[in-house]
Amino acid sequence: MSLHPMIAALRKHKAGVVLIAMQIAVTLAIVCNAIFIIYARIENVRRPTGLDENNLFLVTQQWVGAPSGDDPASVQKLDAMLREDLNALRALPDVESVSPTNSIPLLQSSWNGSAALKPGTDLREGNARTTFYFGDEQWLKTAGLHLIAGRDFTAADVTNMAFRDNSQPAIVIVTKPLADKLFPGGNAVGKVIYLNGDSKPTTIVGEVERLQVPSVSSWASTFVWNSTIAPIRLNGNFSRYMVRAKPGRLEAAMRAVPNALYAANPMRVLDDDSVKSFKDIRAEAYRADIGMAALMGMVCLILLAVTAAGIVGLTSFWVGQRHRQIGVRRALGARKVDILHYFQLENLMIAGAGALAGIALAVGLNRVLMSKFEMQSMPVYYVLAGLAVVMTLGQIAVFVPARRASNVPPVVATRSV
Amino acid sequence: MLGYYIDLAIRSLKRSRGLTALMILIIGFGVAASMTSYSVFRAVSGDPIPWKSSKLFVPQIDIWGPKGHSDATSNNEPPDAFDYIDAVALMRDHRGRYQSAMYRVSPSIVPADAHMHPINVGGHAVYSEFFPMLDVPFKFGTGWGADGDARRASVAVISGKLNQKLFGGANSVGKTIDIDGKDYRVVGVLGDWNPKPVFYDVVNTGGFTSGQEDIFLPFTRAIDVGMPNDGNTNCSEIPKGSGFVGLQQSSCVWIAYMVQLDDKAAVSAYKEYLDGYFRDQKAAGRFSWPLNNRLRDLPAWLDAEHVVPSDTKISLMVALGLLIACLVNTAGLLLAKFLRRSGEIGVRRALGAPKAAIYLQFLIEAGVVGLSGGVLGLLLTWLGVLGVGLVLPKEISSLARVDLGLLALTLTVAVVATMLSGLYPTFRASRVQPALQLKTN
Repeated sequence: MSLHPMIAALRKHKAGVVLIAMQIAVTLAIVCNAIFIIYARIENVRRPTGLDENNLFLVTQQWVGAPSGDDPASVQKLDAMLREDLNALRALPDVESVSPTNSIPLLQSSWNGSAALKPGTDLREGNARTTFYFGDEQWLKTAGLHLIAGRDFTAADVTNMAFRDNSQPAIVIVTKPLADKLFPGGNAVGKVIYLNGDSKPTTIVGEVERLQVPSVSSWASTFVWNSTIAPIRLNGNFSRYMVRAKPGRLEAAMRAVPNALYAANPMRVLDDDSVKSFKDIRAEAYRADIGMAALMGMVCLILLAVTAAGIVGLTSFWVGQRHRQIGVRRALGARKVDILHYFQLENLMIAGAGALAGIALAVGLNRVLMSKFEMQSMPVYYVLAGLAVVMTLGQIAVFVPARRASNVPPVVATRSV
Repeated sequence: MLGYYIDLAIRSLKRSRGLTALMILIIGFGVAASMTSYSVFRAVSGDPIPWKSSKLFVPQIDIWGPKGHSDATSNNEPPDAFDYIDAVALMRDHRGRYQSAMYRVSPSIVPADAHMHPINVGGHAVYSEFFPMLDVPFKFGTGWGADGDARRASVAVISGKLNQKLFGGANSVGKTIDIDGKDYRVVGVLGDWNPKPVFYDVVNTGGFTSGQEDIFLPFTRAIDVGMPNDGNTNCSEIPKGSGFVGLQQSSCVWIAYMVQLDDKAAVSAYKEYLDGYFRDQKAAGRFSWPLNNRLRDLPAWLDAEHVVPSDTKISLMVALGLLIACLVNTAGLLLAKFLRRSGEIGVRRALGAPKAAIYLQFLIEAGVVGLSGGVLGLLLTWLGVLGVGLVLPKEISSLARVDLGLLALTLTVAVVATMLSGLYPTFRASRVQPALQLKTN
């Protein structure tokens, strides 16, 4: 089929053609950016924290009238209260293991600093940024982490210090990404590092594969996997406990916690948020991401539906308008399938022209989003995928009116309108 | 004539029900999507204190120097909060009309009722001028006076909500509450005041929180009793001393600061003062880097702190794109619809109707479509605003609401946008040559 008569025919409907092409362009631009946003968010949400997330929950509580923790005696008092709580929780029948902790992945509340190979560097410089987790000898076991090198903490390693004490731990366990950043040659276990610009050395005793930082915000995106675990019970006026329930006993264990803690010491604050399953922590952390993905998904669906409807509407009008011409063509020997192909090809040309403009628009929109909202550069295959989607959509949408056109009987040519 | 055109429009729309329904659906969805995202955007980007925001300023002093902004993202910005030493020095100098240093606290309260478990409340340690500066409404009592700051008085202002919980909503001024094991006298109960974003301290609250501000205490008193700060503490070096006292002696920043400056002269005088303060400290040997202060008014400050979540802006942009796509679509459909009636136009023109009459007739038809789409859009917007809670975080979605302004805007946008997209089709319709049409018919 020659394209020439088709282009000549389109010249008669400039406005309609331009409108469809514009619509295809806008749709393509928005759809591929939206799909890009959706994929980025889903990727974010799907990355594993490194924890064994099943049967895990977190308890956060605050003591009332607790000692300040600013002098040694009151720190020891706070530590005694903390150990009392640990004993109460460990005695629960549905609990497998418990460790005090300052935070846990996805909790948002975090304690961050730096690790360096030399003593006394600036706090904000260092060789790598890292987040710190503080717990006792059960921390790794409770979190469900497995060592890939070195050893776990023993009860003898664990010390305690005030929440606002600024001394650095003697030994730590680090994640593999952090170890590799500090010691690209490998074998980080046994090596000495300096934390937070301090001059006191810290020895790496173990390495775990993966452990995410608590924050999911963009400012933490440069060191998502750089975690350091220190064998220290932190003593402040509040405390957190990471608890692993026995398999299948999560809810029972969570229910038993408030009474056990009140029985140990009633002068404390426990509210609705105090006992939280990891599943809820995860859902809360990623709520915005999932919401954004859902929103973009909805926008895409509406947009595609609207565009398809528009193509159907306008093509139907053209079919109606060219009723007689179609009849003439049929009378001159064109088969049904020729008429069908004519409209399909016509749509392909219009959609193709629109899509070309759309590619430019899509890249432009991505650039705007990048410059204003810290978005990543969109890989080419998203544009290609968007292209495939709108071209297919055009073909599907045009099929209904095109088939109606192909059913116009040749006898129409002989009738005067 | 207008009534006649409306009647004509409805007749014409009834004639092709499918196409009409399609246009109404498209406009309804397009308008609803953009209005729903706009309602969220409006909720989070609105001025929290419009009558005064241009008079409220947040000072910043570069107490860290180059090592504080070594990473590329900081744009040479000074720290966005204050250390204790400088915050207290600025309060002592008292150069603004009103000012307050403040930090977030999260103490526990032991209810007088022995059957109730202790509860945790959020709030701020502030200076007395906090209340007049922010026009905080009181239901009972007032804030404390300047002497309360100086005497480090054990007084507290509580929210209406906390008053309800502790005192059943009665006037509790003069009553005593137990905060972290110490007694405080209630001097004021707030009216309905829960500004979002928490504009006076976005550094420690992030702006939008689901938390409620239940208690306000004198800053000086909170420091005296060692009530620790809750929120962000940022350091450029590890504090030398330990504990909360060590934090107060360090260069770590954790205190928000706001000052009211009534006119341009006051602003430039305050800027002068801030720069002078920096130079004095530099002369005393504290700083070795050049002056790098900021004094932003509240809107500029909220913008610099990126308080409006970028997701909200992206959603609005994308929704506007969707609206544009819908309008282009409507323009195409209207064009088809109008040109199909070339014959009718030809007859009207031949019978003496001027172009203007054709314009009016078809614009009214577009307007009727827009209005119907707008009504559908109203319904969908209402559903959408109800539904944002399902997809957006609670602290944001709970702020979006449907009000008369939004409803009016939805209808206006629908009608105006549809008429705009009807402009070109109408123009084409008005150019129909009567003679040609009559002949072919």
